[in-house]
Amino acid sequence: MRKYAVVLLMTLALLIAVGGAVLAQDVTLEFQQWWEPELPEGAFRALMDEFEAQNPGITVELISGPYSTTRDQIVAGAATGTMADVVGLDGAWVNDFVQQGSLADLSALMSAAMFDDSELAAQIQLNGSTYMIPVVNFVYPVFVNLDLMEAAGIEAAPMTRAEFADAAAQLTDTANNVYGWVLPLSLEQPNGIQNDVMSWVWASGGSMMADGLPNLVDNEDVSSAIEFIKGLYDAGVIAPGAFTMREQDKVEEFTNGRVGMMVDSLAHINLIRERNPELNFAITALPATEGYDGPRGLPYASWGIGVAENSEHQEEAWKLVEFLMSADINTQLSSIANAFPGNVNSTPDFVETDELFAAAFEVFQTGYLANEFTGLPVAENLMREFDEEFQLYLDGDSSLEDFLANAQEAWMSHFE
Amino acid sequence: MKKQFIPFAYLSPTLFLIAVLSFIPIATVFYYSLMDNVIITRTDPTFVGLSNYIEILSDDKFLQALRNTLFLAIVSVIGHFLLGLSFAMLLNAKTLNPITKAIFRVIYILPWVFTASIIAILWRLLLNPNGAVNYLMSISRLADSPTEWLSSRDLALNTVTFINIWAGYPFYMVSFLAGLQGIPNDLYEAGKVDGASGVQLFRFVTLPQLKPIIISLGMLDFIWTTHQFTLIWMTTGGGPIRATEMLSTFTYKLAFSSNEFSLASTTAMVILALSLFVAIFYVRNQRLSSE
Repeated sequence: MRKYAVVLLMTLALLIAVGGAVLAQDVTLEFQQWWEPELPEGAFRALMDEFEAQNPGITVELISGPYSTTRDQIVAGAATGTMADVVGLDGAWVNDFVQQGSLADLSALMSAAMFDDSELAAQIQLNGSTYMIPVVNFVYPVFVNLDLMEAAGIEAAPMTRAEFADAAAQLTDTANNVYGWVLPLSLEQPNGIQNDVMSWVWASGGSMMADGLPNLVDNEDVSSAIEFIKGLYDAGVIAPGAFTMREQDKVEEFTNGRVGMMVDSLAHINLIRERNPELNFAITALPATEGYDGPRGLPYASWGIGVAENSEHQEEAWKLVEFLMSADINTQLSSIANAFPGNVNSTPDFVETDELFAAAFEVFQTGYLANEFTGLPVAENLMREFDEEFQLYLDGDSSLEDFLANAQEAWMSHFE
Repeated sequence: MKKQFIPFAYLSPTLFLIAVLSFIPIATVFYYSLMDNVIITRTDPTFVGLSNYIEILSDDKFLQALRNTLFLAIVSVIGHFLLGLSFAMLLNAKTLNPITKAIFRVIYILPWVFTASIIAILWRLLLNPNGAVNYLMSISRLADSPTEWLSSRDLALNTVTFINIWAGYPFYMVSFLAGLQGIPNDLYEAGKVDGASGVQLFRFVTLPQLKPIIISLGMLDFIWTTHQFTLIWMTTGGGPIRATEMLSTFTYKLAFSSNEFSLASTTAMVILALSLFVAIFYVRNQRLSSE
């Protein structure tokens, strides 16, 4: 009898040991993003290793790919309820995913973790709840070719629209195939509307929205910026091929010294330097309307982060978000990404070591991040619809009033 | 009774594959085209009958995409035929020695070796306002200012059609070359005895002998070209201002940019109907030629 009791006790002990081990098993977080391939090899994995060391029992499996592939896979995951636990997000996608119920409410996760959100530079909210946090930001200031400026006799970078128009005219030398400005309006990648067109509105403190709805008609902020660009187009100071030009073509034109000025992401500084080490260029703020002395909105694109609603490990997922947003880690990440931090207390290394980035950081600190497309429904489609009407207007087939009325009508159909 | 099922048992793997790869996807897309709120909404799909079809068929943008697609397909088929047949006849000429023929065969077939993405990148670079084509036109005094081949509304559709013709003629060339080599020499000799000229031999011997290949290739090419997406998307994105919008790009934008999966399914069904229409002629032609 005693023998059976001992066997029973041993069996129980074994069951408890195995059961305990099962209960305390590791949580594996899937983290789908396009960031890892864009960072130096092994750099992002090293940060994940640091997270795993700080959080025993949590393993991070990185699912990495190019931007467009990642987007398609996240869209598919959202449709089928199989989204990775943590996902890299672009602000243009957020509204659609929230409408589908694919993203977890980060406000609730922050509250549950008693997280102080005052350190966050920005939060993308819908209906009062946060669904995306920008981890690092790539701002879009104006790049100026200093050699072309000097050759054209321009002493200082333009600070107002009038100065910009004058500079663009002076820089343009069609005989030598040099133009003042470059405007990418490809319908394949319509982000030129956000970065190169609407940025003029935001730089003067304007807005294309009112009470959460599109406000393009009878909006002086928008119409003055559009008329300004039309003036540049009619003056022939914009590089040819604008209607099918993409962002990478724009950078190529500037890098090869065929364009005097462009609005572009800071992320391309190193690319430009690699492609053309001789190019002498500087960074400056986007010009504003005459007499405007308020803070200038600076267009930006973010590496945003969100948590999947279908995740079974939302608590652990939040720990990863919190880790990436902590001042120290955010400094490291923004330094290796050549981006501006999502934590207000972070200062990336390159600001002290690189004068171009230092100038850009000053522009960043004196202005404010502005991208009104972030969080809007079908944001990319809004840009494309605006783009089509804008091309008609530039081509002279539509009046300013008709263009803005048509764009407004097209946009409103997505807000009903 | 048991014997009756044996043929079906043999056919079952094929029937299963056809069902999984063809019937189920088509049936699903057809179902989506009759519904609203499908795939990525939290609300349940609702049956809307033919209203998606009415909406799509009365949409000016769709009709323009349809016109552009038909233009691309018809002009491409004609261009492919003319270029393919010309090059095939050159390669079939008896006056050329085998080494010259081999070299030209490699050169002529090159466009077919590239994928659509490579072709799009290549021609974007060549036709860029600062590209090689404009440079050559500039130094030869053919143009004073750069021509916007892909960014001009007047030129873009013709330009992408030209690129599509360039990319696709080698398939015709190879097929016609095989056809030409299969024409019995007796027919040409008999024609010559009857006093037929070179043009008459081409008209009354070569073309009738190639007719089955011409019809089959033309129909298949028409169907393939209506599905062309990568080349258009990567060169113009459907622009400028919808000048090169095709049914394929229109459908893609509806699905992945507007999230209008019901309407995208509807346009997909219209494309299917268009392809089926041509496919029926193709099958009938194949049946007649085999009889």
